[in-house]
Amino acid sequence: MSEKFDCIVVGAGPAGISCAYELAKAGVNVLLIERGEYPGSKNVMGGVLYRKMMEDVIPDFWKEAPLERPIVEQRFMMMDKESAITFGYKGMEWGKEPYNNFTVLRAKFDQWFAGKAVEQGALLVNETVVLECIVENGKVVGVRTDRPDGDLYADVVVLADGVNSLLAKSLGFHKEFRPDEVALATMEIIKLDKKIIEDRFNLEENQGTTIELFGDATKGILGTGFLYTNKDTLSLGVGSLLSGLIKHKIKPYELLEYVKNHPMIRPYIAGGEPVEYLAHMIPEGGYKSMPKVAGNGVLVVGDAAQLVNAIHREGSNLAMTSGQLAAETVLLAKERDDYSESTLNHYKTRLMSSFVGQDMKKYKDSTHHFDKFPQYFDKYIPMMNKAASQMFTVDGSSKWEKQKKIWRDVGSAGEKIKLARDAYRAWKVMK
Amino acid sequence: MLHIVACIKQVPDTKIIKMNPKTNTMDRASAPAILNPYDAHAVEEAVRLKKRYGGTVSVLTMGPPPAVKAIKKCIEIGADAGYMISDRAFAGADTLATSYALTKAIEKISKIKPVDLIICGKMTIDGDTGQVGPGIARRLDMPPLTSVNKVKEINVKEGYAVVHRKLEDGYEVIQSTMPCLMSVEKEINEVPYSSMSNMLKAARYQPIIWAVADLEDVDRPQLGLKGSPTIVSKVWAPTKPSGGTMLEGDAAQQSQQLLNILLEKKELFAVKGGSGVEF
Repeated sequence: MSEKFDCIVVGAGPAGISCAYELAKAGVNVLLIERGEYPGSKNVMGGVLYRKMMEDVIPDFWKEAPLERPIVEQRFMMMDKESAITFGYKGMEWGKEPYNNFTVLRAKFDQWFAGKAVEQGALLVNETVVLECIVENGKVVGVRTDRPDGDLYADVVVLADGVNSLLAKSLGFHKEFRPDEVALATMEIIKLDKKIIEDRFNLEENQGTTIELFGDATKGILGTGFLYTNKDTLSLGVGSLLSGLIKHKIKPYELLEYVKNHPMIRPYIAGGEPVEYLAHMIPEGGYKSMPKVAGNGVLVVGDAAQLVNAIHREGSNLAMTSGQLAAETVLLAKERDDYSESTLNHYKTRLMSSFVGQDMKKYKDSTHHFDKFPQYFDKYIPMMNKAASQMFTVDGSSKWEKQKKIWRDVGSAGEKIKLARDAYRAWKVMK
Repeated sequence: MLHIVACIKQVPDTKIIKMNPKTNTMDRASAPAILNPYDAHAVEEAVRLKKRYGGTVSVLTMGPPPAVKAIKKCIEIGADAGYMISDRAFAGADTLATSYALTKAIEKISKIKPVDLIICGKMTIDGDTGQVGPGIARRLDMPPLTSVNKVKEINVKEGYAVVHRKLEDGYEVIQSTMPCLMSVEKEINEVPYSSMSNMLKAARYQPIIWAVADLEDVDRPQLGLKGSPTIVSKVWAPTKPSGGTMLEGDAAQQSQQLLNILLEKKELFAVKGGSGVEF
């Protein structure tokens, strides 16, 4: 005896929970299925939650959600082996309502968020793996789980099963990843006294900092590192494209060990105790890697739809907006009592005209570009560091002489042209 | 028709819990709360008996509001109903006060539907005493059948149960009158992966929650910390065995060193009653 729901959402991450929340709020009979022990137990991200998109789902969420710290400062470090150029912005307007964004620990946050969806009336089933979509006459009509008598039916199924969406793949929406479409990130949560964190990062209580790390953090391989402040822990991680890891024969955890011991990072984490180690894939193929996102009786949201803006380290916000738009589409389909691809394509239209689609398009060539031309990370960042060192070292030579030397160090005329060309190229893919 | 009550408890997962080195107490925040593993077997056995003989399975727990999660887990296993007693007055209870409070709840459940059998896990993994089950049996004047690793027969009509009790070198077969209380060993059954219909039922289920005021004839001084004569005078974590020798060098050097050690201490490896291992 299989039950039928209006909608089944597979995966309780930001995308799936947002979708289930909106549907339940509208009175739709929605089932949310999670493979982990509880929502968040298997979910990983560096840790930045964006206020705007979360607020769109739950207004004033910061008053009760388990958040770590509102971020008042964002720093960027261009690292060489024993040096770094750092720039950033710190503003007190980010430290008060409505805030800009927050650091979060996903195990706590997702659990809370899913609880809110349940409060709205969504049904949550944990520890259950969806094996495949049930397809009848070319239409998705339900899901097959790994439980005894585990078939469940629904008018529409929303796939929020994450970066390696086996369900989207099995429907033929998505191909197997190429190594240059997906990054592998590893991170540690490092326990440190609250007061020490605030001293080291120049923070007051209930203020946080994010530092994005470029260049030597990933040993010059395309990728980034990050160091975020939580209440009484730090999140330190590093991620790079699989293709880069393969090419340089580096294991992801070696990269994390490397960055932990880097002289620019080591003092921040000194005396801290690693309490958790996490690793996850990140879809970084961008717009060109996006699968089909709507079919007969099925929608694809969040990481499963590869919705990540790698350049701006955004993902959870894109996921939430996609989940909301999927919910909006399900409501429309319910009204029309038509769950065909042509109706559900409303989601695709709305997604592509929202900031999600616009940003995906804007950066459609960026990952590919930086993967193809590794000199940005392995050459130009060290060059910038050397130039800064030259310029700021007081050794009796004039600033004119210093500038000349810096310019000489760039290399031959040919290399100068190459640098100019690369700068233009980078501007083109980012503009 | 059998009515079985399974008594369960939510406990911190002691496999991963950390001890606070200063106070020597368990840092409960460091470990997730789970259904006591022995209790899962108790509920599973109750569900199996229900399938064999017909009837209903109720689960009962005492705990703070989050313990509802443990009851839901039991519904996933196949229990029909869940009761929870939750009140500040129960806080700090030792096994004596706990068995008293649970007994009062069972008396109330019996008024809804007479109880034929109570099943408990052998013990909890956070207390390791195994006293609450027999305590309830004593208070309800029922035969306590501890260390049960098989329920051979239940005869509701004649009012008896036949079980195997685990002994050090085997088992004994016991026939008892009913109602009775059993506390069960882990090996009594394997808890299977729950069916989807049970998962959905559990997701929707809201247990019945009683405060002290909802129970009848309660002698309040017997509850909680006041009703607990147990005094924990000292708790300490066992010292970790230290020492051990790290062998260094290449594989050949390491194996030579290892062989030397083995030869030196060969009496440790001697076969009992034999002449020892020949190297």
